[in-house]
Amino acid sequence: MIVAERKPFEEIYECVKRHRKVLLLGCGTCVTVCMAGGEKEVNVLANQLALAARDRGDDVEVMEHTITRQCDDEFFDEATMKKVAEVDAVVSMGCGVGVQFCAAKFGDTAIYPGLNTKFYGATLEQGVWAERCAGCGECVLGDFGGVCPVARCSKSLLNGPCGGSADGKCEVDPENVDCAWQLIYDRMERLGRLEELEENRPMKDWSTNRDGGPRTVTREDVKL
Amino acid sequence: MDNEPNIIAFCCHYCAFTAADLAGTMRQQYPPNLRIVRLPCSGKVDVNLILQAFVEGADGVMVAGCEIGSCHFIEGNKRAVKRVAYAKKLVEEAGVNPARLEMFHIAASQGPLFARTAHEFTEYIKKLDAEAAEVPLATAAVDGESA
Repeated sequence: MIVAERKPFEEIYECVKRHRKVLLLGCGTCVTVCMAGGEKEVNVLANQLALAARDRGDDVEVMEHTITRQCDDEFFDEATMKKVAEVDAVVSMGCGVGVQFCAAKFGDTAIYPGLNTKFYGATLEQGVWAERCAGCGECVLGDFGGVCPVARCSKSLLNGPCGGSADGKCEVDPENVDCAWQLIYDRMERLGRLEELEENRPMKDWSTNRDGGPRTVTREDVKL
Repeated sequence: MDNEPNIIAFCCHYCAFTAADLAGTMRQQYPPNLRIVRLPCSGKVDVNLILQAFVEGADGVMVAGCEIGSCHFIEGNKRAVKRVAYAKKLVEEAGVNPARLEMFHIAASQGPLFARTAHEFTEYIKKLDAEAAEVPLATAAVDGESA
């Protein structure tokens, strides 16, 4: 899923206070799971904004609404568009994709991001999320025992490890970051495929990554 | 009653709520400013419940759960402690003094402690209200002198 974190309150308030009526629009998919922009978080922010506006004497009315997904046209139903039409600005509590989708949908209504989008990640335990995929466009997980060197090695090395690996940890942040290459080695050893790591891998084709510009996936067979 | 603070007390059914009941049975008085909201466990308290209380006009919010180690649901009170700490951060961001929110641990048998805590917290909130009210007064005095 896409993992995000709520922006600092002051940053959001600075945007909101320019308007008289604002809609906080939550997203019911990834950012609900990572507890950053779902219905509950929308409610928290609405309460905070109400308190702050009262404390600072600003005239801001805040509305709340959450849709299933902000990155799909079908979830922007009539009720949602009606609410958007009533306000001067929308704070999207979706990821960066949701914010842009809203901006395209809502025409001349101002739109602000309520979250900082972080990465594609997994839930390690409740309240802890970690990066697992970098969306490079050409998956190499099959060659590395299911541990991604692109997303999980600080240097994205395909021929690792480097000299910064010590006791299974990465020198970038020894307390929190595992050395991906230690994980790859351990996993390949367990699979009895260590000899495959002896081979040097040629340079990866990064044109499928962001280096090739913004990407699009098209499936002609499912298009309507 | 205009100067009397509104205080919302989120109380665990198994301890603080029973303690409040016991305080009454023991004829121990505590301030009528306190409105008790009974929860099945202090771990049921949610940051939104706390924020909502402030939005709807509470001057102080207390969350009262069992003593650490004696939660009916094993560790609901520990969760409440963490949520109250997080809610303090949220209310502070929104301009509310985080001291207006506090977590207490009161066992079912501690009726007198509940009454005392209610008194002390109410007095503390009154003090904070008085301090907050003093700020514009002080400003007015300075303005008066300069004029």
